[in-house]
Amino acid sequence: MSANLVVARDLEAFVRRDEGGAGRLELLVTGARCAACLGKIERVVLALPGVTAARLNLTTGKLAVTLGDAACAPAQVMQAVETLGYRASLFDPGQAAAAQDREGRELATALGVAGFGAGNVMMFTVPAWAGLFGQELTPATLTLMYWMAALVATPCALFAGRPFFRSAWASLRRGKANMDVPISIGVLLTLVVSFSETLLHGRHAYFDAAVTLLFLLLIGRYLDHRLRASARSAAHDLLVLQAPVAIRVHNGVEQGIPVAQVRVGDHLAIAPGQRAPVDGQVDSGVSEIDNALITGETALVAVGPGAPIHAGALNLTGRLVMTATARSEDSTLAAIARLMEAGAQSRSAYVRLADKAAALYVPVVHAAAALTFLVGWAVGLGPREALLRAAAVLIVTCPCALGLAVPAVQIAASARLFRKGVLVKSGAALERLAEVDHVVFDKTGVLTEGLPRLVDAPAHLVALAAPLARASRHPLARAMAREAGVGLVAQDCVETAGQGVEGVIDGRRARLGRAAFVGVDPVDRRETELWFGFEGDTKIRFVFEDKPRVDAALAIADLRALGLTVEILSGDLPGPVSKIAAELGLSSWRAGLTPFEKADAIDALKARGRKVLMVGDGLNDAAALARAHASMAPGAAVDAAQNAADLVFTGEALSAVPVAIGVARSARARALQNFTFSAAYNLVAAPAAMVGLINPFIAALAMSGSSMVVLLNALRPGWRR
Amino acid sequence: MNIVLFLVPCSVLLGGLGLAAFLWTMRSGQYEDPKGDAARVLYDHLDDGPPPGD
Repeated sequence: MSANLVVARDLEAFVRRDEGGAGRLELLVTGARCAACLGKIERVVLALPGVTAARLNLTTGKLAVTLGDAACAPAQVMQAVETLGYRASLFDPGQAAAAQDREGRELATALGVAGFGAGNVMMFTVPAWAGLFGQELTPATLTLMYWMAALVATPCALFAGRPFFRSAWASLRRGKANMDVPISIGVLLTLVVSFSETLLHGRHAYFDAAVTLLFLLLIGRYLDHRLRASARSAAHDLLVLQAPVAIRVHNGVEQGIPVAQVRVGDHLAIAPGQRAPVDGQVDSGVSEIDNALITGETALVAVGPGAPIHAGALNLTGRLVMTATARSEDSTLAAIARLMEAGAQSRSAYVRLADKAAALYVPVVHAAAALTFLVGWAVGLGPREALLRAAAVLIVTCPCALGLAVPAVQIAASARLFRKGVLVKSGAALERLAEVDHVVFDKTGVLTEGLPRLVDAPAHLVALAAPLARASRHPLARAMAREAGVGLVAQDCVETAGQGVEGVIDGRRARLGRAAFVGVDPVDRRETELWFGFEGDTKIRFVFEDKPRVDAALAIADLRALGLTVEILSGDLPGPVSKIAAELGLSSWRAGLTPFEKADAIDALKARGRKVLMVGDGLNDAAALARAHASMAPGAAVDAAQNAADLVFTGEALSAVPVAIGVARSARARALQNFTFSAAYNLVAAPAAMVGLINPFIAALAMSGSSMVVLLNALRPGWRR
Repeated sequence: MNIVLFLVPCSVLLGGLGLAAFLWTMRSGQYEDPKGDAARVLYDHLDDGPPPGD
């Protein structure tokens, strides 16, 4: 079906061409998992005329196709892949170029350099430690060893430390101190003191400590980055699957263009089953549209020429041609976007756990080091010995464990949630999620399945209408056919878009559809309904409802068990909302809210000191999602909602919400345990360094040991649920 | 002791070779698609080396 539609489209706008006419096209292929898929897809695409190269990345699911000349249309490539049974989606060329992972490469390079440095510097410092066990090196050999160590460690540490130095500098310029400030000062001071000691033929130099510290920290940094990148790209792929392609009709020719390129006045075709890409007005065609994702309303709306249609509305039955009245970034969406921006700004003011710890830690440790130097000098140690002790304080307290404490736990927690189908967009989101005390749900598509189900219909009446229902593609008719099960199909069926279906059952002509189509005076009851009747016989009314998700009641009970209060804020009418609330045992709900009222309701809760988790899926929730303390969206949500949400859950089960809160709380508890351990360790190590009990061997042991304890605490099993 | 002066540069050189090899594998995009490379090794006609880095 979709393959046939694709053939007719010109998708040239998605190809990046160079001067010679050679082009590059990127597709997201879903469903390819094994070597056989890979071989099949590449072989078939490569066999197309005009294709010079095709390479499928099995890890990311991206198929890169090089087109030799204009002979091969991109639509043919898509069709070839879809004929094989895989789903192919187009990438916006701009996004495909932006997807390259520069930060990951830089971190991996730094990690490789630090690993090389840490390994090789040990060759020179381990013989130096031997002196501590009575196997004395001669002073000349010791100095030689230290010079060698300096030669390897200094360039490595300066190169591998760049990510930390940059972040520390950026933070200092804003007048704040994050965790990278003590790390950078610690590394640089360690290098300086070690150089001066080596020059003065001293006994203690700490070149190995500087580079090993960076190596351990970079492991945490790199893992953290990988996890976030994979969650981000998974969330991004979900958005791509919602096809940002608009079909422009120009002089009778259909052409696929990126939604961002739609101009006001363009005529756009919307096939049944697709969403309106921008705001507009219907030119021709009759259909029904589903506004559930935009307003939260479950009742279907009939549209015809002249009717307004909002971006994101799902076209159900007939093909529509509309005139765009706004670009994708303008008009009705703009107000919501502004609200979302305001929400994002208030969030960026959130201070993360590690930075809170750094704010306490930096002044204390640096004051202790300064005090060691001054007191040591005052009691007659001499400036050199006093400075060495001050440096030892900085080295043993260097926040290796502190720097790993939070990222290690968050990596473990995010990986755990990732396996359960919950994508975490950032570590800060996890910290905010652990603090929530009130959960606000949207109704349609979140608490409910977002699919209509037949209610209170006697089986014999359903069986009567089922033959016609089976012949229709309309979602309501399909819900009815599902309810009736397998059986006869009516003959001579004719479906009228936006009206209903007519056919012959047992020799009698019958109609199923809207009230007027079946021959009943339409009454606006604001309920989702379908009428059925044989010609000249009594008409039967079927009512549909959006049922709650199977585990919604259980998930809400779990949330209450976690000590949270739950509320519904919906854009739907009071009737359906109160019904769902009663079914789920929720006493607090509000209905008929506009997107702006939803955002205001969140602000009001915030003003009362509540930390709100918003769970929503529609465009009408996007502003509320951005304003809430933390937010989640299901994988089927509109892209604006997914962009605004901190976490996206991809499965059907609503239990993802209590599970995510449970894991976030465990993560917070473990991060605090790690902080407590680090603080206890520093309370022992810092005084020992002040009185001069620390030598390079003890420093290396203490630093690696404390990092290991923190890592193991993050990785140990026993997470809640 | 003189042997150290010979062995130390040797070992640093070997370590440096390892580092250079790692940097080369990364620049040539050998970590871009671990799953696909594991599959490609099974077919002769797919075993065409690393993708052109871009």
